[in-house]
Amino acid sequence: MRFYEHEAKQVLQKHGVPLPKRSVATTPEEAETAAAEIGGPVVLKSQVLSGGRMKAGGVKFADTPAEAKDAAAAILEIEISGQKPMGVLVEERRAIAQEYYAAVTWDARAKKPVIIFSDMGGIDIEEVAEQHPDHLSRTNFSNLRPFSDYIAKVAVSKTGVTGNHLGPLTRIVTALARVFVQYDLTLAEINPLARLEDGTFIALDSHMDMEEEARTSQRALLRELGIPDEDTRLARPPTPFEVAGAQVDAADTRGVAGRVVEFDGNMGLVIGAGGGSLTLFDAVRAAGGKPANYCEIGGNPSVAKAAALTKLVLSKPGVEKIAVMMNVVSNTRADIMARGIIKGCIEAGRDPGETIAIFRIPGSWEDEGFKILRKYGVDFVDRSVSMHEAAARAVAKMGA
Amino acid sequence: MSILIDENSTFIIQGITGREAVTMTRELLNYGSKVVGGVTPGRKGRDVHGVPVEDTVRAFTERMEVTGAIVAVPPAFAADAVMEAIEGGIKLIVIVTERIPRKQVAEFIEYAGQEGARIIGPNCLGLISPGKSKMGGIGGAADATQRAFKPGSIGVMSRSGGMTVEISNALSEAGLGISTAASIGGDAIIGSNYAELMPLFEADPETKGIAIYSEPGGPSEAMLAEYMTASKSRLPVVAFMAGRFMDAMPGMRFGHAGTIVEGRADTTAEKIARMEAAGISVAERIEDIPAILKQRIG
Repeated sequence: MRFYEHEAKQVLQKHGVPLPKRSVATTPEEAETAAAEIGGPVVLKSQVLSGGRMKAGGVKFADTPAEAKDAAAAILEIEISGQKPMGVLVEERRAIAQEYYAAVTWDARAKKPVIIFSDMGGIDIEEVAEQHPDHLSRTNFSNLRPFSDYIAKVAVSKTGVTGNHLGPLTRIVTALARVFVQYDLTLAEINPLARLEDGTFIALDSHMDMEEEARTSQRALLRELGIPDEDTRLARPPTPFEVAGAQVDAADTRGVAGRVVEFDGNMGLVIGAGGGSLTLFDAVRAAGGKPANYCEIGGNPSVAKAAALTKLVLSKPGVEKIAVMMNVVSNTRADIMARGIIKGCIEAGRDPGETIAIFRIPGSWEDEGFKILRKYGVDFVDRSVSMHEAAARAVAKMGA
Repeated sequence: MSILIDENSTFIIQGITGREAVTMTRELLNYGSKVVGGVTPGRKGRDVHGVPVEDTVRAFTERMEVTGAIVAVPPAFAADAVMEAIEGGIKLIVIVTERIPRKQVAEFIEYAGQEGARIIGPNCLGLISPGKSKMGGIGGAADATQRAFKPGSIGVMSRSGGMTVEISNALSEAGLGISTAASIGGDAIIGSNYAELMPLFEADPETKGIAIYSEPGGPSEAMLAEYMTASKSRLPVVAFMAGRFMDAMPGMRFGHAGTIVEGRADTTAEKIARMEAAGISVAERIEDIPAILKQRIG
C-alpha cells in the first residue's frame, strides 16, 4: 500500500530526518492560513497516490498567502491519474544548492534490501542509471544482521561524495534504511534529497510503499498516521462491483474466489487461479473476446463461494454469458465448482445451459463434475481441449 | 534421472495436522512418497494416516536421515517453521504456505544460504519427479497426478502452481514426459528461481529440454536469459508468457504477489525480447510447447 507524501514525511520526521516546515490543507482557506504561518515563499503539492504531479499541474509555487490560496484552489480541482487529491501539502520553499536521490527497496535478484543512492537527484532515476552509472550506487545489506551505519556511508561514498557532506547524508540514508526495515516497506524513497544553500540537508519529497501483507502487524503505525482499515490505497479506487468481489472472497475462508477487476466487455469470466487466470484472460482477448471482468478462483473453494462469485459476475449489466475455465487442477474439485456455478446461475434466474458458454476444469473429481454438467445441458470439455481452444470456443458463442 | 528428489527421498511435513496438510499427506503416501514424520507442536504421539507426529523437527532429524521438509503451517508461523527446519539440518525445504511477509522470506532464504539448505517457494505446489516421488500438493490425488505427470525428458519450472500441472500435462500427452517439475512459487522473493535450478537440470543426463511458465514482474526471466547467454547451456528452453494484457496496466496487481508491472523491465514485451535474444523460444499457447521442444531437441 502506498503512503501519501505527507504521511511518508511524518515517518521520516519520527526518525530524525530533517524536513521543511509544512502543513496539510484540504481547502484554499486552510492553505492560505498555512502559508501565512510558514511565512515567505511556499510550494503547494497535490496529495495523490501517484507520480507525475508536476506534469499534471499538481505542484505550484506561491510568494504570498493570497497566491497560496489561489494555487490550492486550482490544485484541489485537478485529478491526477484519475484521483482527486486528498489535500494539498503547503511547504516552505528553500534555496537549493544540489539535489541527491536516496532509496531503499527490495532486490529480488540478491533477495536482500538494496540502497540506491545518487548525487544526481530530482530527475528520473532510471535515466541516471542508464546515462550516468558512475553517479549511482547500489548497496545490498543483510536481512539477518542489524543495520549498521557504515553500510549507508559506503552507499553514499561510492558516488564520490566526501568531506563535510558525507556525514549528514550518511545519517539520512541510515534513517531511511531503518525505516524500511522497521515498517515492512517495499520502497522508501527521498527524491530530491537537497543540500540547501546554507549547507544543511533536507528531504524535499518522499515516497513510501508498505507490504500489503504487513497491514496487520503495522497497525500501530497506520493508527498513528490516521489511516483506517478500509482505506485500500490501490492504484485506482475499487468499483462497487470489485468491492462486492472482495466481500465474496472474505465471506468464507475456504479457497479463493475474488481479486475481481471490472472491464467493459460482455463475457463474464469465472477463471482460476493465479497463473491460470492470467493465461485465460489473454486467451479470451487473443480469440477476439471482450471480458467483462478478471477474477481468480481456486484453492478448493466451497459450493457457496463459487455460486456467490458466479452470481456477482452475472449481476454486471451487459454480461451475456460466462466462461468457466481453469488449468488442470490439483486441489480444487471440478464437481464442487460445477455445483457452485450451476447454483449461482439458477439463483441469478439464468438457465445454466444457456448461460455457461464453456466449462473447462480438468482434474480431480472431473467425472462427477461432468455428470452434473450433462444433467443441466452445459457445454463442457476435458483436458484434450486446451485453455486457448476452450476460450476460443466460448468467444465464438457470444452474440453476433 | 531427476533433480532434487527421487524414490529414496524421505520427507517430514511441518503443520501435518492442518486440514489441507492431512489431505496432502494421504495423497503423497498414495503416490509413493516416503513421508516419515510430521510436526505439530503439542501433538506428539499422534499419527496422520499412520505417519508419526512429533513436537519438534529435531525429534526426527536426531534419529533418522530426512531429505526434506514440507512447510504447510499458517503464514504467521511459517517463517519460524522454516528456521527450525534449517537449524535441524534439513537441506531441502518446500514452502507451500502463501502470504508470508517478504521480510521474513528474505530472512530465512539468507539463513538457508548460510547453512547450505535449498528453499523452494513460498506459495508453491512443490516438486515432482514422476514415477519416483513428489513433495507438496502438486497434481493432487495420486491417480490425477499419474495422469498429468508421465516420466520423461523435460524439466518444468513455473511461477504458477496450477500452470506447472497444465504444462506438464501437455508434455505428458505429447509423449515427452517430465524428468522433474518444480512449482517455484509466485511471490516477489522466492528461494529458487529458474536460473538457480538450471545447473541441476544441466547435470541431469535424462533431462533433454526445459519448459517454463513466466509472467510480468520481477527479474526471474532476465536472470534466466543471462544464465543462458553466459553458460552456453546444452538445454533448449521454451517459455510460455502469460499476462500480456497487463503491459498496459502499470501498478495494478493481478495474479501472484510478484506479478506487478512497475517499470519497463517488468512488462511481458520486454521479457519476451530478452528471452528470445538469449535463444529461449517463446510459445504463444501452451499446446505449442511440446512441438517446439521436439523440434529443438531434434
